[in-house]
Amino acid sequence: MPRQIAFYGKGGIGKSTTSQNTLAALVEMDQQILIVGCDPKADSTRLILNTKMQDTVLHLAAKAGSVEDLELEDVLKIGYKGIKCTEAGGPEPGVGCAGRGVITAINFLEENGAYDDVDYVSYDVLGDVVCGGFAMPIRENKAQEIYIVMSGEMMALYAANNIAKGILKYAGSGGVRLGGLICNERQTDRELDLAESLAKKLNTQMIHFVPRNNIVQHAELRRQTVIQYAPDSQQAEEYRQLAKKIHANGGKGTIPTPISMEELEDMLLEFGIMKSDEQALAELEAKEKSLCAAG
Amino acid sequence: MPQTADKVKDHISLFKEPEYTEMFSAKKAAFECRPSDEAVAAQAEYSKTWEYREKNFAREVAVINPAKACQPLGAVFAAAGFEETMPYVHGSQGCVAYFRSHLARHFKEASACVSDSMTEDAAVFGGLNNIVEGLQNAHALYKPKMIAMSTTCMAEVIGDDLSAFIAQAKEKGSIPADFPVPFAHTPSFVGSHLTGYDNMIKGILQYFWERESHKNRDPGAKINIVPGFDGYAVANNRELKRILDLMGVEYTLLSDVSEVFDTPTDGRYRMYDGGTALDDTRAAINAKATVALQKYAAEKTLDYCKENGHATASFHYPIGVAGTDTFLMAMSELSGKPIPEALEKERGRLVDAIADSQAWLHGKRVALFGDPDVVYGLTAFLLELGCEPVHCLCTNGSADWEAEMKALLASSPFGAAGQVWRGKDLWHMRSLLFTEPCDLLIGSSYGKYLEKDTGTPLVRVGFPIFDRHHHHRFPTFGYQGGLRVLVSILDRILEVADASSDISYDLTR
Repeated sequence: MPRQIAFYGKGGIGKSTTSQNTLAALVEMDQQILIVGCDPKADSTRLILNTKMQDTVLHLAAKAGSVEDLELEDVLKIGYKGIKCTEAGGPEPGVGCAGRGVITAINFLEENGAYDDVDYVSYDVLGDVVCGGFAMPIRENKAQEIYIVMSGEMMALYAANNIAKGILKYAGSGGVRLGGLICNERQTDRELDLAESLAKKLNTQMIHFVPRNNIVQHAELRRQTVIQYAPDSQQAEEYRQLAKKIHANGGKGTIPTPISMEELEDMLLEFGIMKSDEQALAELEAKEKSLCAAG
Repeated sequence: MPQTADKVKDHISLFKEPEYTEMFSAKKAAFECRPSDEAVAAQAEYSKTWEYREKNFAREVAVINPAKACQPLGAVFAAAGFEETMPYVHGSQGCVAYFRSHLARHFKEASACVSDSMTEDAAVFGGLNNIVEGLQNAHALYKPKMIAMSTTCMAEVIGDDLSAFIAQAKEKGSIPADFPVPFAHTPSFVGSHLTGYDNMIKGILQYFWERESHKNRDPGAKINIVPGFDGYAVANNRELKRILDLMGVEYTLLSDVSEVFDTPTDGRYRMYDGGTALDDTRAAINAKATVALQKYAAEKTLDYCKENGHATASFHYPIGVAGTDTFLMAMSELSGKPIPEALEKERGRLVDAIADSQAWLHGKRVALFGDPDVVYGLTAFLLELGCEPVHCLCTNGSADWEAEMKALLASSPFGAAGQVWRGKDLWHMRSLLFTEPCDLLIGSSYGKYLEKDTGTPLVRVGFPIFDRHHHHRFPTFGYQGGLRVLVSILDRILEVADASSDISYDLTR
């Protein structure tokens, strides 16, 4: 059985970018990898394939009439250094049920032997775990470890905590564990401290702090990972480190201890990111005074 | 005309009474806004042409009268064949009413099955609470030894995870932690009742071999037999046991509904009866081999048994001479037991009967529909009889099945005109029967509308048979079963001969 991992996190946080860069680094360590994109936008494999995947499982299934009429070869594309890529795909925004699409696609891949002969299966799952379908990768016998991509922004922290709640729900009955937090730097105040503090509260680790670097953008515009675009850059080295840490983290995941909304807000206050009511009032008064004085 | 208790009009004649015929014609004239009778008749005639057939076969989206049912029906059927097992469907209530009525109408027997009645709130919040309460109630009220859970579309669309939910229900104490609750995800929008059957048998084996406790295999002499979804299971499983007992083969039937769908009337209601003992299911991992009587109803189960070190073999519904030969020889080889003389004699009798009726069977053009292995088995039997299978239609057949069917037809000169129609429905069959007519149609009760419409005489073999009673009490398997199917076919051929004879209306046929 391959080792199965999944990347979760708030929409737009950089899950797909982080996961593809990490997996490109992992393939340098002679690992056979399969990426399963679980986002209807189907952009989880773009940097590995150097093009946007056109033939998603559900797109082809809809054309063929049924998923039973598909062949594995139709939906499995080979990308950077032999990484196998597949995208679940899904409906247009606002119609249908993307969650069911994820279930259908994963079942199809498993039943047709896509998971044979690989060392890693990596799921890249959209934003929040909004319904049962998006929890498919954390069901029993699926991903063993979940990596949450987050940053120092409040909503990213909030989403990370929510995902931890989802994992906890399945951790009791199944084997899923929280592998760690990956902090994707947004240059917010005391970001590293905050990420480490949240990790501690969630009973996990901040596995790597990925610094912000514009080279990621440059690579992404060329539909490449940094590993491919600038293999000797410092940023590529960061992703290699992250890959090594994840590789060494097998079986070391933990059962998360998510916190309440109040605890999360208290934590932000403590780090001076959110102001307490008194603070906010005092500042407002000071501002008014200075305005009056000026007026 | 008012009805009285002394003189109740039958449904059939009632609607021919003047008050009804007048009411129907008044309604037709005043409200139905239909085209003229001539226009309707002309359109009906057009629908019998080749031109319409081509349009019909170009149909891409709509399915009209598919010859298949949905996954949970097969899962419920499979679950019912285990010792004191309550089939439990996680999902909406109406689906379960359908499974129960379908089985009850066919077997003329009560069919026990519970649903956890998911409603709108469950669709929004997930069905965990339904499982927690449902398991508790089913366990307390019906006192089963096992609850086997499958799902309806509703639970599947919202992505309920049975494994996690059952574990949580046990944690919350709704049933004892060691109470067996095997499960299978059975989305109705994928596959057919055969897929559901396969998933449930595999789910039950997985529960006993992995989840309850990890079993280490200690290979013995027994052979597991997975009969498959079969409308004749009541008689066929008994026939199977008779044959295997005659041979002295040691076996475990994995899912045996022959008792629960055929309970005697002796004053005692049996919610559960017979079935595969749970201990036998636990021990089934030690079998030397697992065989499936219907290849396409047990593909995943056989793969799973193979992973567990079993030798595997599969058949296409062993019916007729060669079909039964193949099955018996394989069982003899697997078990090392010879085929007894008694069975050889039965074989001889079936061959004799076929030879006796040869003149009536030769060259009869036959259309047939049903489940993949049933259609395969029947086609092979028809070729033996000297009949010509012309249209072999299967809504739930796979590409592999199609290839096997074509090879089968190519193996006999009687198969030269044979065409294989995979993924087609009974409306396609209607076009086929009008454009390339046949002498006989073989299939389930749903074929009766085609019989009336196209004038092709129907022989009822398959599932479901709702409109003829007790057919399921007589086997179709083995040489004896072949005899019964032969007689059904001959009866229909001879009835047609009599009905269309005047000067040739002979006493002897």
